[in-house]
Amino acid sequence: MKILVCISKAPDTTTKITFTDNNTKFNKDKVTYIVNPYDEWYALVRALELKESAGGSVTTITVGTAEDDAIIRKALAIGADDAVRVNAEADDAFFVANQIAEYARQNGFDLVLAGKETIDYNGAEVAPMIAELLDVASVTQVSKLDVADGKATAERDIPGGVEIVEFSLPAVVSAAKGMAEQRIPNMRGIMQARSKALNVIEPFNNDKLTEVIEYALPPAKGACTYFEADQMDELVNALHNEAKVI
Amino acid sequence: MSVLVFAGQIENKIVKGAYEATFYGKSLAEKTGGDVVVLTYGDVSEDDLKALGNYGASKVVVNKSLSELNPAAAAKFVVAKVEEMGVQVVVFSSDATGQMVGPRVAARLKAGMVSGAIELPNTDNGFVVKKNVFSGKAYAFQSIKTDKKVISLTPNSLKAVKTDAQAEVIVDSNNYAGDGYKVVSVKTQSGDMAPLPEAELVVSAGRGLKGPENWGMIEDLAKTLGATTACSRPVADIGWRPHHEHVGQTGIAIRPNLYIAAGISGAIQHLAGVNGSKTIVVINTDPDAPFFKAADYGIVGDAFEVVPKLNEAIKKFKAANA
Repeated sequence: MKILVCISKAPDTTTKITFTDNNTKFNKDKVTYIVNPYDEWYALVRALELKESAGGSVTTITVGTAEDDAIIRKALAIGADDAVRVNAEADDAFFVANQIAEYARQNGFDLVLAGKETIDYNGAEVAPMIAELLDVASVTQVSKLDVADGKATAERDIPGGVEIVEFSLPAVVSAAKGMAEQRIPNMRGIMQARSKALNVIEPFNNDKLTEVIEYALPPAKGACTYFEADQMDELVNALHNEAKVI
Repeated sequence: MSVLVFAGQIENKIVKGAYEATFYGKSLAEKTGGDVVVLTYGDVSEDDLKALGNYGASKVVVNKSLSELNPAAAAKFVVAKVEEMGVQVVVFSSDATGQMVGPRVAARLKAGMVSGAIELPNTDNGFVVKKNVFSGKAYAFQSIKTDKKVISLTPNSLKAVKTDAQAEVIVDSNNYAGDGYKVVSVKTQSGDMAPLPEAELVVSAGRGLKGPENWGMIEDLAKTLGATTACSRPVADIGWRPHHEHVGQTGIAIRPNLYIAAGISGAIQHLAGVNGSKTIVVINTDPDAPFFKAADYGIVGDAFEVVPKLNEAIKKFKAANA
């Protein structure tokens, strides 16, 4: 089975978020980038498990600039066979989906896997867009995925429960927590990653349909008001009269 | 602008986010001139369909052949109606349903999409939508540059105001196919509680509770409040609570009106999923727990003492205000 895994970078979870250029750009200064957790822990690892059990190959694809190469090498160290980077800023979901769909169309894949969203822009748009562009099934927020004989079964997270879906390949699946267990790359993997292919290609078009024109930080949180354990009537009073939530 | 809203349903009940999306669509249409048509599917009752008018829908188009939600087929349904009615904006709720259908519609229409909107678009100069980014740590103002636009609305980001207007119901009998995709079964486990992404009141607990056998008091408090229960990641990972209760970075992101957290220290990954809550109450024995920095109200104390007392105080309040 030929699997394509979408890998994107994201600022480390503990990053303090600030902006530059009059709040029009994310301040990358001193930011540590990681592989987007949904892409790494779930989509990539499940792809490797499927390859280990049924054979095939795992290629990663990233739309990004040279500064993404470090996180792409990490994905290779975890076990992907090779990597592709489309050399462009990933700043519009349709643009990103279009690049990946075009690559998938030209190279033929049985399964495209991605994280359910990135932890920076939280769009959750790219995977279903790729599916629509390729005219194949999309299965989103999947916490369990099995594939046998060209037939796949997925458990999707829905509010308060799960939905079980059967679908045929090729398809695009977005991964949620539970699909796999995080793998830590070992020294051998890290050494091998250095010599694996990271092919850089140029975008095939430049259609960007949206643009972030400004950022803002939420207003600073006021100080916490403390109550003692025997002041619960006062707390309830505050929730009713001050916060107006009950 | 004429607006189309896609209303998701689960087990033939329209989800709360769909009412909010309808109200959002109506507010946008009022602001820019135009009306709102809602699309839905399956066997939703006639009364529930008409009631979408309460939130501003002039017409509701229901497709009964889409009995289960097939994303490719649903996208074809929406795209067909957009083209038939000359719609400019399509609105989804940014929930499990909206996230599976919305991006497909946007890709097919080649329409710019903003997902996770939290306010009405600013149309003074272009079309700019405010959304949460960096897991709730910042906002982005995203401009849509295409004529057709797709927006998904974050659940609980606005209060949908009801009127007694009724919508006209139209049955669409076309068949939309999405080959090679079949829903085998649906298992929901939340019982009477509102699903977490929709819940206005949430009571959550973490490792400070010491064991799954101690969740009774959390469930009691939730019951008194009419709240939904949630938990932190470690508690779901060790199996004390089901995974669908896990809120945080890798779990569900929520923005209820009230979030009560007992025995959760407030790691940054947890905060990322709950920092959109309007009011946060933190109960923790450790006065230095990071969660107090994000809290509106705090009790430094033992959950085993505080939670039952809070429950009693709320019961008293409810009895007095009944």
